[in-house]
Amino acid sequence: MATHGSAAHETHAHAAPQGFIRKYVFSLDHKVIGIQYYFLALAAVMVGMFLSLLMRIHLIWPAAALPLIGEIKPEAYLSLLTMHGTIMVFFVLTTAPQGGFGNYFLPIQIGAPDMAFPVLNMLSFWTTLLGFLVMLAAFIVPGGAPLHGWTGYAPMSALQSAGPGEGLGADLWIISIAIFCLGALMGALNFITTTLDMRAKGMTMMRMPLTCWAWFITAILGLLAFGVLLSGGILLLMDRNLGSSFFVPLGTVNGQLTGHRGGSPLLWQHLFWFFGHPEVYIAILPAMGLASQLLSVFSRKPIFGYKAMVYAMLSIGFLGFMVWGHHMFMSGMSPYSAFAFSVLTMAIGVPSAIKTFNWLGTLLHARIRFESPMLFAIGFVSLFVSGGISGPFLAQPVLDIQLHDTYFVPGHFHLIMGVASIFGIFAATYYWFPKMFGRMMSERLARWHFWFSFVGTYAIFMPMHYLGMAGHPRRYSQLTELAYLHPLIPLQKFITYAAFVTIAGQFLFVVNLFWSMKYGAKASDNPWEATTLEWITATPPPHDNFGGHTPVVHNGPYEYGVPGAPRDFVMQTDPEIAATH
Amino acid sequence: MASFTPTATVNDPRIVLDDYGIVPPVPGGDDGRPGPGSPDYRTRLRRARLGLVVALTPVLMLFVSFTSAYIVRQGLPTLDPHTNQMVRDWIPIRLPALLLANTFVLLLSTASMELARRQLKREVALSPAAPLSGGLFSDEKAMPWLGLTVLLGSCFLAGQWLAWRELASRGFYVQTSPSSSFIYLLTGTHAIHLMGGVVALLVAGGATLLGRPAPTRSILVDVTAWYWHFMALLWVYILCLLEFAH
Repeated sequence: MATHGSAAHETHAHAAPQGFIRKYVFSLDHKVIGIQYYFLALAAVMVGMFLSLLMRIHLIWPAAALPLIGEIKPEAYLSLLTMHGTIMVFFVLTTAPQGGFGNYFLPIQIGAPDMAFPVLNMLSFWTTLLGFLVMLAAFIVPGGAPLHGWTGYAPMSALQSAGPGEGLGADLWIISIAIFCLGALMGALNFITTTLDMRAKGMTMMRMPLTCWAWFITAILGLLAFGVLLSGGILLLMDRNLGSSFFVPLGTVNGQLTGHRGGSPLLWQHLFWFFGHPEVYIAILPAMGLASQLLSVFSRKPIFGYKAMVYAMLSIGFLGFMVWGHHMFMSGMSPYSAFAFSVLTMAIGVPSAIKTFNWLGTLLHARIRFESPMLFAIGFVSLFVSGGISGPFLAQPVLDIQLHDTYFVPGHFHLIMGVASIFGIFAATYYWFPKMFGRMMSERLARWHFWFSFVGTYAIFMPMHYLGMAGHPRRYSQLTELAYLHPLIPLQKFITYAAFVTIAGQFLFVVNLFWSMKYGAKASDNPWEATTLEWITATPPPHDNFGGHTPVVHNGPYEYGVPGAPRDFVMQTDPEIAATH
Repeated sequence: MASFTPTATVNDPRIVLDDYGIVPPVPGGDDGRPGPGSPDYRTRLRRARLGLVVALTPVLMLFVSFTSAYIVRQGLPTLDPHTNQMVRDWIPIRLPALLLANTFVLLLSTASMELARRQLKREVALSPAAPLSGGLFSDEKAMPWLGLTVLLGSCFLAGQWLAWRELASRGFYVQTSPSSSFIYLLTGTHAIHLMGGVVALLVAGGATLLGRPAPTRSILVDVTAWYWHFMALLWVYILCLLEFAH
């Protein structure tokens, strides 16, 4: 400590702040901002989970009057659905893995003292928080929250008169998304510049941990996608409030002409899905990088095919921009375009399979340490495969005609984009909590939490695939009115009961998180015996990350089981290992 | 916290020291360029420019998607409720001639912006060791070009406002026809972006008044200048799109 404590402030762009407000609230420190993002996502996931609980209760007890809420009307069910989807996609899946963990660990893992633009970084968090508050405000305005789903399809989303929540609530929804876009763009700007320009000496791109690659590629996707969503939002706001007709064709609502004519609802879908498809990779890529990291650390083996992993992520990101049309097979599309979108979509199966087999290759013949981060990482791979395998089904226009707008689709995307990404967040929490808060989480609670989540997730979402194949439509709030759905109601009941148990299991996580912050066992600087740069520094890391020093990198990020080395792992800053390895 | 100690250089690459290798502050980066610690002027400039290029990407994407919407909407037939037939409802609008004058003003402003940028760079080059504290002498040299750019930029914005007024007086509002919606959308979004540039220039002027060091002001002006050039180019593109893409 004495050897490196003196020059702490010299290497940092800004000195350690004094006072509570500057240190914890309006902080420029990427670590504090990362934790702020994390807790924002935690608050958002509570809201989103509560909404899904209400939906599940309503589906099987449609007439039940809930305390404080009363009976859920069909339009209120659509509001719940819209807000659940929007909050989960934007403020949880996009926020926690990238804004939370990315912010905290990207600079440390590449050996930088902070992000490239700390003020912008702080602004990006506060912008995102503002977006979340505006989104929540949609619940309390007259008319309530919008009904148009997280995809905001026009003309419903473009007409004030389309439904009770489509007035001020829908405006707030669009404005919230626009604010979120700005915050996400500021974040992406920082991630890309930091990765390209602030790596420590010796940290070549091909020595970066796969987590950093994942954050970097995710930031590029965000940079290209959020601008397009913003453009769609601006056009939508103009249609709603200035009387233009970008998305609204000639038509009537309740027998009244809307005053719009000539617009194209398909145009909205193109703009939305050009953003929307990359968005699912924005949600899942950080979890892919993390899974690669954890499988290697806890298998005590180098990741199988590091370069292949990098190129696979790059090609997934690249292909992700060319497949938006597969969301629109049923919206009206030339069969030739549909064919092209279909082939390109199935092509994503190739890099995805490369990643999956490389993960399995990493596990092969390994002395696996089944600690809680590893359990969730393996759980991620399992969910990724189970959810991904239904992708090629939906990618074929002929099958999609049958499966579109049935429960098959929520089953598919919840597994691969929703819960797989959430498992990534859990794995990251268990893995990095010791570094972030200086204490270990309870392993016992973590294991219980894993089994509740893992079994519960499959119990909820696997039956949805069968519902879909049986022709059960999505978004229906009343199941009792349609005779052909009656035989499927027992399965819906099972899903709701499974959701109760799974949600109850999540409280183990919340309790563990807060209990361990205060009472967990003290963590050492490198409790998992991992090699990347966050583990060479103190726990928790000092303000400038490396206590006035700049790490120099000599090795790749996954040097485990190196022959001849005194330990079974070689840190990235250790002297360079023999080239024969 | 006291978990790592500096390592000595070891010849045997297989030997691993007891603790983790970390060295005192050294220049970093792959190519021996200065590292992330206490960045110098060139590093800061490079980083700011890189940040700008990255930041312009979503702006570009915004206008790319507007363009695609413009082209798609132009070709869409719409149902005429009176005749019950599909018709084209795209009414080509003669653009106000004022837009040409505005274009000229914006191109002038981009020239004065470039002069301001070069002037501040020279100022930094002349004082590499001791950054100027924004003295009177440097103000006199730098302010006219920056001030002129702000003036010309504001003239352009005022001109755009007059052009919108002219369109409105001819009866073309946002909701009148799809072509008028797009004219207001594209010129309006561009104007908002240019206003951002004006604000950045005012901040740079404020930095001079506050006596910020020349390198800091130079970086601010440099990045704003490239942003400004991009906005001028974007404006020419928008004008061509509105005038020629039929």
